[in-house]
Amino acid sequence: MSNNIYLKKGLDLPINGAAAQNTKKVIVPDVVAVKPTDFRSLVPKLLVREGDKVLAGSPVLADKMSQNILFTSPVSGTVAEVVRGEKRKLLEVRIKADEKQEYVDFGVKKVSSLSAEQIKEALLAAGLWPALTQRPYGIIANPESKPKAIFVSAFSTAPLAADTEFVLNGQIGHIQTAVDALGKMAGCKVHVCVNAANASAFSKLQNVVLHSVSGKHPAGNVGVQIHHISPVQKGETVWTVSPVMLAAIGKLFDTGKYDVSRKIAVTGPKAVNPAYVEGYPGISIKDLKEFYDASENLRYISGDVLTGTNVGAEGFIGFFDNQVTILEEGDKYELLGWAKPFRTKLFSASRTYFSWLTPNKKYDMDTNLHGGPRAFVVNDTYGKVLPMDLYPVYLLKACLANDIDKMEKFGIYEVLEEDLALCEYVCPSKIYIQQIITDGIALMLKEMC
Amino acid sequence: MNGLRNFVDKIKPTFEKGGKLGFLHSTFDAFETFLFVPNTVTRRGAHVRDCVDLKRVMIMVVIALVPAMLFGIWNTGYQHSLAFGLDWGFWNIVLYGLVKVLPLYIVSYLVGLGIEFVSAQIQGHEVNEGYLVSGMLIPLIVPVDVPLWMLAIAVAFAVIIGKEVFGGTGMNIWNPALLTRAFLFFSYPSKMSGDTVWTGGVERFVNEGVAFQAGNGLVDGFSGATPLANASMQGLQNSGYSLWDMILGTIPGSVGETSVIAILIGAVILLWTGVASWKIMASSVIGGLAIGYLGYAVGATDLPGYYQLVMGGFLFGTVFMATDPVTSAQTECGKWIYGFLVGALAVTVRLWNPGYPEGMMLAILLMNTFAPLIDHYVIEGSIKRRAKKVKTA
Repeated sequence: MSNNIYLKKGLDLPINGAAAQNTKKVIVPDVVAVKPTDFRSLVPKLLVREGDKVLAGSPVLADKMSQNILFTSPVSGTVAEVVRGEKRKLLEVRIKADEKQEYVDFGVKKVSSLSAEQIKEALLAAGLWPALTQRPYGIIANPESKPKAIFVSAFSTAPLAADTEFVLNGQIGHIQTAVDALGKMAGCKVHVCVNAANASAFSKLQNVVLHSVSGKHPAGNVGVQIHHISPVQKGETVWTVSPVMLAAIGKLFDTGKYDVSRKIAVTGPKAVNPAYVEGYPGISIKDLKEFYDASENLRYISGDVLTGTNVGAEGFIGFFDNQVTILEEGDKYELLGWAKPFRTKLFSASRTYFSWLTPNKKYDMDTNLHGGPRAFVVNDTYGKVLPMDLYPVYLLKACLANDIDKMEKFGIYEVLEEDLALCEYVCPSKIYIQQIITDGIALMLKEMC
Repeated sequence: MNGLRNFVDKIKPTFEKGGKLGFLHSTFDAFETFLFVPNTVTRRGAHVRDCVDLKRVMIMVVIALVPAMLFGIWNTGYQHSLAFGLDWGFWNIVLYGLVKVLPLYIVSYLVGLGIEFVSAQIQGHEVNEGYLVSGMLIPLIVPVDVPLWMLAIAVAFAVIIGKEVFGGTGMNIWNPALLTRAFLFFSYPSKMSGDTVWTGGVERFVNEGVAFQAGNGLVDGFSGATPLANASMQGLQNSGYSLWDMILGTIPGSVGETSVIAILIGAVILLWTGVASWKIMASSVIGGLAIGYLGYAVGATDLPGYYQLVMGGFLFGTVFMATDPVTSAQTECGKWIYGFLVGALAVTVRLWNPGYPEGMMLAILLMNTFAPLIDHYVIEGSIKRRAKKVKTA
């Protein structure tokens, strides 16, 4: 087992709008939303009604399939609205926050004195169990199963991603509590991958297996790290958890509170003075209004530009996200764009343009597709940005053909959408690769589970 | 620019579903997207996209083919002037070349793009830009005197049977341009081989006694044979082709295949932009050299191996045809095997099959057929390797 991983393939998107390392404001939440759509294939069961009072940590939703998995409110307040979509699909539970936050008291606990079962129950009760993601498929971990290992990527290489070291500065104690708790509960090793490029507070963690990873995006993706450390085979599961969620888990045991407050990076070419804010998952984009000019035609993304969710100007930040990206909608025509020798305002990873001559230039990217959808033609573009021993085109074709046997062989157990997001970015045929993987995983879930 | 956009916006509804000319939707779309990169935004997945698209990739190949095309036009006139002993200046030579080559291009694009448009229309797809490259290639790999109606039939065959029935660009098994040539080669062999077809105007003179410039006849001792037809030291000397002639390209042959220098300029463009695989080019050259020197060693030919690279269509095929991303091997390891076999087979046919002086076309088409098999074994190997790598954490 290697503790140093060097990845050569990949691409750091040169996009403008990185957040300056200061906290510009502390958001006093007005309306926050709990969104079951943040979790793949979740069938939610509503536990509250409009008008109910909730505290920070009170259950709002449960998983219909295993009802001990709870989803709790990040703030105290009153349930204002239950938003449903087509076929009465539950989309959001909106909670009007109180001025002063009150927390459910789960009790301060010492991990060393708890049994594995007690740790599990504490996480389930406080609504922190959904922070554990199972691979394959990227679904909420099954409390009844035991994983092969738990993986944490202590850094993100995604475009303009929040700096984990800055965001979790001073919280390493909570994180130590969390890894102790998870390791004890699951009875397996906890692997932590740190960025080889700079010193990390995570290197001081005890009771973990440390790996140092170097490379461009997606080197920080936990899926890529798992692929190089201990690939997921058929029948195996591993769990992953993000550093921000580790801090919340640690706080649960150390303070007895469900405290998912976090620093959120507001980024993007159209973000005005991009910086960090102190906030919660589920807060509204409207709480960030000093960061954008609402009169422009903008796209508001919870997450990064490659994998985030377009939530719209009225939307809410996702459960796992600690980044908001604001982009311009690129719904403009460009005369003879593809035929111009130079397009100095656009970036291309391919050498058919000349942006590779200015490697340090950053670009104001927008959401234009820059072309029309085509069949797979160019066959070696994906491999250059995917540091995994996989054949992405074959995997995608297997997904398109609904061929489960081939999907297994070509590595559907090892990837989530985020791992192939760069392939989608560079694709000259403009194929919606992440959607193909989403559909493939949905098929696997339907047929295999 | 805004005026043009306004005009397009004004006529657009006519071509949309329910509009008067709605049945021409794909055609309109093709012209619109040719003029304007569309205003489509990403719907899901990655919110930003690279500015490269297939049009850009394809236009790079077209640009890479321009040197070979320009040289081919000049050489067509030059070979004609040599054959008829004409004392033509540069412009006369180019003019004759244009008169001969331009119609090939017009037929190639009219027939090929016409079928692409109709087929996109029927299927309701966007018109794919793949034929921009095929249409550019086809006139360069045929003898300049090929009758235009034959070319039209061959192009129609290649585009319909070779590509559209499989689902269009990206789905085809064989390189459409080579399929056009193969169709001509097997259907009309008298126009595709022999010593008289490679120089413009010679065949007409031999058959009908009519020369382009009236009153002239073929010079004494004109042979018209390509170097490959006399592929031995003695043969090359007799026909007066030096190695330098073959590198420059001032020899008879298919329109665009003769000049090593022009093709190498194209190769540099393709490799520089990363559009074509250097692995296929390198391994094809290695394969050609290996068999070329093997033949030299065992006495199948008295030409050293590197002669095989500069004669005939070897280099043109290696650079522009074998590297077609759709029909070549898709896996990186497979590309080495595929390229090597293309080069090796082409020279094997040249040296050991007396029936065919040139083997590049057949070698590439055969390897196109086997490329999926090569990929299959490469991937099976990779799957086994990954299965072995199971480590317990």
